[in-house]
This record gives sequence, C-alpha cells and structure tokens, in this order.
Amino acid sequence: MKNRSIGTPLVNLGAWFWLSCLVLVPLIFVFLLSFMTRKTYGGFEAVWTLSNYLKIFDPSMGILILKVFGRSFLLAFVTTFFCALLAYPFALFLVFKSGRYRHFLFALMIIPFWTNFLIRTYAWFALLSDSGWIMQLLHQLGFELQSLNVLFTWKAVYLGMVYNYLPFMAMTLYINIEKIDVKLIEASHDLGAGVFQTFTRIIFPLSIPGLIAGSVLVFIPCLGEFVIPDILGGSTQVYVGNLLTQQFLTARHWPMGAAISMWLLAAILLLIYLFKKNQKTKWGEAQI
Amino acid sequence: MKWLGALFSIFLFSFLYLPMLVLVVLSFNEAKRGSAWLGFSWKWYERLFHNPDLINPFFTSLEIALSSAVLSAFLGLCVGYLIVRGGKFNREAMSWASYLPIMLPEIVLGLSLLSFFVWIGFPLGRMSVLLGHVAFGTAYVAVLVRARLSQADPLLEDAAYDLGSNRRKTFIKVVLPQLTTTLISGMMMVFTLSFDDFIISFFLAGVGVTTLPMKVYSMLKFGVTPEVNALCALILMGSFLLVTTSLLYLRSLDGQRHV
Repeated sequence: MKNRSIGTPLVNLGAWFWLSCLVLVPLIFVFLLSFMTRKTYGGFEAVWTLSNYLKIFDPSMGILILKVFGRSFLLAFVTTFFCALLAYPFALFLVFKSGRYRHFLFALMIIPFWTNFLIRTYAWFALLSDSGWIMQLLHQLGFELQSLNVLFTWKAVYLGMVYNYLPFMAMTLYINIEKIDVKLIEASHDLGAGVFQTFTRIIFPLSIPGLIAGSVLVFIPCLGEFVIPDILGGSTQVYVGNLLTQQFLTARHWPMGAAISMWLLAAILLLIYLFKKNQKTKWGEAQI
Repeated sequence: MKWLGALFSIFLFSFLYLPMLVLVVLSFNEAKRGSAWLGFSWKWYERLFHNPDLINPFFTSLEIALSSAVLSAFLGLCVGYLIVRGGKFNREAMSWASYLPIMLPEIVLGLSLLSFFVWIGFPLGRMSVLLGHVAFGTAYVAVLVRARLSQADPLLEDAAYDLGSNRRKTFIKVVLPQLTTTLISGMMMVFTLSFDDFIISFFLAGVGVTTLPMKVYSMLKFGVTPEVNALCALILMGSFLLVTTSLLYLRSLDGQRHV
C-alpha cells in the first residue's frame, strides 16, 4: 500500500527526464537568455542586462514590437470569434439534429485536423491565385477582374487561420454540448419554453465552458502562428511568430527574441489567469 | 430547423474540403502553370517518384515519427502514471508540466529547445528534432493515460500488492494491460503530429536534416511546380487512409470491450 505512491524507479526516471530536460529547463533557459547580451556575430554571452526588455520603450523598435503584438492579438481574436461563429451552429446541429449520421459527421470534421496543415494552407493557392478556380469562375460569369486581390494580403491570412483552427473549436464545442443532460431540455419544453427560450436559458449557458475551452485552444496557438501568415500572406505582414522566427533564425539576435517570447508568455499567462479566475466564480467547471 | 442545419453543415464541409479536393484534382492536371484544366496526366507523380530530394525527406520523417511515437508512449506512460498514482509532489509537478507543451504556442517550445540545445552543445540534427517531437508527444500521451487511469480501479493494484506482487510486477501485469488501447491511440496520435510537424522541426533541424514538411515548405516558398501538388495530394490521401482506418480500428477495439 505504501509503495503505491512512489512508482517504479524507471517510471520516475523517465518522467523526470522529460519534465526537466525537455520542458522546464529549456523554458527557464529562455528566461535567462532574455537577460543576456548578443555577441557580435550572433550567439549570446552571459553579460546580464535589461536592455532587451527596455527595447519596447525605444521609439522605433518599441513601436514596431507593439504593432506586431497588436496585430497578432487582433488576428487571434478575430480567428477565435469566427471559429466560434461557424462551429457553434454546427455543433448544435450535430448533437440535436443529425440523428444516425452524428458519428460520421463528427469524424468528417476532425479528419482534416489530422492532415498536414502546411498542405491544407497551400491548398488555398489553387482557389485564390489569379489563375485559380475562383477567378476562372468569375470570368465565366462575365466579371472583368484583373486580380482577386486576396492572396498575399491579410484577407488570405485571416481565411487560412479560420480554416485551420475551425476543427479545434468544433471538436471542443461538440464534446461539451453532447454532455448537456437531455432531461433539462425536456423539462424546459414541458414547462412551456419554446425552442428559442430553451436555447438562451438552458443550452447556451451550459455550453459556455465549452466555448471558453475552445477559445483558449484556438486563441493561444493563433498568437504564435507564423506559417500561415508566411505562406498565405507572402510575408507582407509580420506577426509575433514571424518576428520570433526572424530574431532566432535570420537576424540571430537570440536574447532579443527570448525577451519577445517572454512578453508573449506573459500575455498568455495573464489570459489563462483571467480565465481561471472567472472559471472559479462564474463559469463552473470549464476544462482548461 | 433540421434542413437549415444540414444546409449549413454542407456549406461548412465544402469550406473544409473544397481546397483539398481542388488540390488533388490539380495534381492530375497536364498543365505546367496555372490551374486551368488541360487534361489528365500521371506525369507529376512519375517525376515525384524519381526525385530523391523528396524520397529522402519522406523516410526521414517516417523514421522520426515512428521513433518519437514509441519514445513518447513510454515517457507519456511514466508521466501519466505519476499524475494519477504518484505522491503529492510528483502529481502536482507532472500534471502542471503536462499542460505546458500543449498550452504554449509551438514556436515558444521550439525556440526554447533550440536555445537549450545550443547552450549545452547538443548538436542540431535528426536527434534534436526527435527530442523536440518527444517533448510535445509525451504531453499528449500523458493526458490520454491520465484520463484512462483515473477511471481505472486502484483497488486492482492494491489487490496485486496484497497478493504479494512487487511494484514492478504490478505495473507490468496490472497497470499496463489496462492501458493498451490508450497507448496505441496515443502512439498513432504522436505519429501523425510528428509526421506533420513543421515548426519544431524548422527550429531544431539545423542544416543537416530535412523532414518532409520542411521540404514541402521550401518548395512552396521557392518555386511551386506541379510536383508539389502531386506530393501534397499523396500526403493528403495517405493521411486520410491512415486516419480512417485507425478510427475504424479504435471503434472495433471499443466494440470488443463492450462485448
């Protein structure tokens, strides 16, 4: 009985190897790195400084960084909003109206999630490019357009983001709404509530934890995304992910990149903290 | 209401599947440039199979995906076990850490591992990419193991102890058999995640190694030829096949358990 809580030595060894070498120490090291100085030819040395953080108050660089952060938050916010807008009615339909096709349709929704997202993103080229199918269709219909003007602009980036993150939201919402007790809905109908009232008074409040969990699942990866802007936006737009990639792989100013990623982490932790705080008081047991 | 919902779902599924469908159709297109249909052709597939620049990355990805699936399954089992059955400290630490790789943006995990590896002088290459994939793969397996194990009856293990079994034997004979399905689905999950991963590999590959998504990325960035369409179509069809069979397989396993 006593031994149960210890586990076997190998289990402990494996788990602690992963926790320390692959998760915790690297993160702590980035934190330290953000206080170091860049050497002349890239690389870093342990000369401690705050200057990487203070750059954000520098007139030119600071405004650039703040702009990039603002753009990324806007992108993440709008993406989350549209994912929820599209996924919510779908999840409702799936749970309440799809009958025996339910599992099939759910599988159909999550399968794209398992295919390569680079390829899914690239697939839009064939539709959106100037010789793409949408343009051809428009020409057939008699529209005289030179260019669709979507690819390599922010529009394509937003489209690609919603497209890629939709399955996350749909999955989370479906799992949440599926758990709602049918008896509550029946009771609401028995007591004279119509479809609309049942939705606003019963289903929607009970689905809020799912909405929150789905939003976190979409919002946070969106903040760090750099491949979709890179491919569909043609690097015309810089988001936090692109900035980090630049700092680490092109400009080779690692301490600066580390400081920027610390700002990003701080923003994310703040968000999670706010969610958790509200979760305790208002939203019952949202799974985050 | 029902028809409205059905209509909306059709719209949503065409949004999800239309670009991929067009991509597959175009991979059979004769045309060298543009998306106008000029007739059916296999030639891009033929060229693809004679291009060692693509075949090597494919096998690199396959190798990394397979080994990271196995390693992650083992480490995830350890972590998940400690989360459910460990002491208070282990429980807290592991459950906290298991959310980090899932919750943090992938790019943060990638750059932290990159700077850590460079700092300790670990060479960048196949091994560092593999470890990067194990870093997040373990977390996913741990979450699955945790979910399954917290439903398992701890009395079974107590019974084994009471009957004189030691820790190692109990783990192997009582705990592991309950987790077989979980570990299999976990491995499949890590395999696909690893095979598809771009960001972590991009940061950790250095110059020595190219995975398939990295190759696809560089082809997209520098010169799109119809060969990319063929390659992407093949990967898409391959993953559809894999996902569908694994979903069916998992369902059949579930069915057996209920009988």
